[in-house]
Amino acid sequence: MSDNTPKRILPDRLDTPLKAALFSWPSLLLAVTIAIFIINSFASPYFLSPWALSDATFNFTEKAIIALAMALLIISGEIDISVAGIIAISSTMMGVALQFGADTPTLVIVGMLTGLICGAFNGVLVTRLGLPSIVVTIGTMSLFRGISFIILGDQAYKGYPESFAFFGQGYVYWVISFEFVLFLGLALVYYVLLHKTNFGRYIYAIGNNPIAAQFSGVRVARVKFVLFCLTGIMAGVAAVLLTSRLGSTRPSIARGWELEVITMVVLGGINILGGSGTIQGTVIAAFIMGLVTFGLGLLNVPGIVMSIIIGALLIGVIALPTLLNMLRDRLKQ
Amino acid sequence: MKNLLKSREFWLATGIIIIIFGVTLRAPGFARFANLADVFNNTSMLIILALGQMVVILTRSIDLSMAANLALSGMIVALINAAYPQFPIPLLMLIASLCGLALGAFNGILVWKLNIPAIVVTLGTLTIFRGTIFLLAGGQWVNASELSDSFIQMTRHNFLGMPLLSWFAILIAAAFFLFMTRTPTGRNLYAIGVNPTASVYAGINVGKAKFISFCISGLMSGFCGFLWVSRYVIGSVEVANGYELTIIAACVIGGISIAGGVGTVVGTILGALFLGIINSALPVINISPFWQMAISGSSIILAVILNARSARNKGRLILKQKSEGKT
Repeated sequence: MSDNTPKRILPDRLDTPLKAALFSWPSLLLAVTIAIFIINSFASPYFLSPWALSDATFNFTEKAIIALAMALLIISGEIDISVAGIIAISSTMMGVALQFGADTPTLVIVGMLTGLICGAFNGVLVTRLGLPSIVVTIGTMSLFRGISFIILGDQAYKGYPESFAFFGQGYVYWVISFEFVLFLGLALVYYVLLHKTNFGRYIYAIGNNPIAAQFSGVRVARVKFVLFCLTGIMAGVAAVLLTSRLGSTRPSIARGWELEVITMVVLGGINILGGSGTIQGTVIAAFIMGLVTFGLGLLNVPGIVMSIIIGALLIGVIALPTLLNMLRDRLKQ
Repeated sequence: MKNLLKSREFWLATGIIIIIFGVTLRAPGFARFANLADVFNNTSMLIILALGQMVVILTRSIDLSMAANLALSGMIVALINAAYPQFPIPLLMLIASLCGLALGAFNGILVWKLNIPAIVVTLGTLTIFRGTIFLLAGGQWVNASELSDSFIQMTRHNFLGMPLLSWFAILIAAAFFLFMTRTPTGRNLYAIGVNPTASVYAGINVGKAKFISFCISGLMSGFCGFLWVSRYVIGSVEVANGYELTIIAACVIGGISIAGGVGTVVGTILGALFLGIINSALPVINISPFWQMAISGSSIILAVILNARSARNKGRLILKQKSEGKT
């Protein structure tokens, strides 16, 4: 979108690994998380109970699961604004399947498959027709949710089977919810995918310079297509979890989530222009957003006021390095 | 003539006329002047907002905070009006506009001075503005009974056969046309979108021009905040929720390229009118309003595909961002 390519300066000497790790974006975020954790436990006596913390995870795991795939997509220089729309249509399709008497495994498959199809649709539009993803997915966002509205109108699907409730409400062990375990598992998968495989290196290469990547033999269009499909599936998974947790489907489900997911990714230190960022950062950013909203919730701060803090956090965290650099330059003079 | 046939505005206008014609076959009253004037009046705010957004998109940025800015500026004047009903209305209009301008300038400063991508800045300010409305109003609504009559009547005054609201849209559209085509600043905005690097060499301050574009979109949002409260007689956190994407949709349908530098005032107006006509035509031909969202979504996708086609035909050097997907 904007063209502020940073000046590349080669340092005389590289930072020591320890220093680099200490001053990296994830460590900064981790420090923020710990600070929030401490402030929260002082501010409210209820914060440090295991059940409260377990509840806190429900606030963000569904969004965070999408954020994992979105992170890869944004690193590759694209974006998907339709994820909340995909949740709506996936949830609606599960409702439709329910009307035909589908059992729990079928419902899950329908939800994820719908997500995959929607993601592939985005992928085709962006990679085959060469359209800018930000506009295409604004369009498909309305289209996907619009289809839910056409099918459901002002109605809602209810009466999901009891076994289906496990995904959004079940616990694996003691206070550890299925959602949370799934999120951690997926985070690990995405970490390996992005940081330990060739595919992950391709994503960075594409984000930094798609043309150079193309000439180096990276199948740019195919990688991007896969990333759109992945994001679609993750939105489908989130739809399964959310539908299971709420126990019903309305066309307005998950409205406005796209912006929260993107906020999570950007807060996690992923460059919105593509090319850099880590999964660790995204995971920690998800925790930050979850803890902030939950902690403030315990203090009876209304959700909308928390959004001020999230918004300020987003701008503040991104502006901070630039501001510090400006300050340093001024001090040098 | 050949140019006319090639122009996007021509085809968009033709499309709109065909839709009007088609709807009229089903519902004879639709093409009556009174009804069309009504549709235009309902679309006035979208036109004004889309023009503001257009200026930002031309410079390769995007303003996601317009609807939130509108709601905040609107809430401020609604609260003033509820507390002091005697407060002169034109002054309220000025306050809303200035408030919008200030919020837009805030976005602009962050983009200009801190070099943060516009989409991140406005994503952040979008939530901040919405939250501020809640804080200001203490979670309350300002409803019809609290607003003064002169405020509510402001957009409804009939002047030469049309409500003032429509006249505002016409005047602002004319101002934008002159600004974009006849002033150096307006031309600079196009130049930045087409080639930011060349613009710097041509002596254009790119950051400052972006700042100006955000000021303009903010000013329009603020002004529409006043109009919105007067027109729909409500001030609340929920005002225009999600409208930011409708505004962008109007721009895209109107032929504004998200890659910057391409698009006209007339196209944007037609894009907004296209959405307005579809919205008002659906109930008339007995299609459930629930179809509206899917239809506007499909129009956006279709419009982007057409945009990409026409850009390719021109044989213009394809921008870096566009060539990524084309393999």
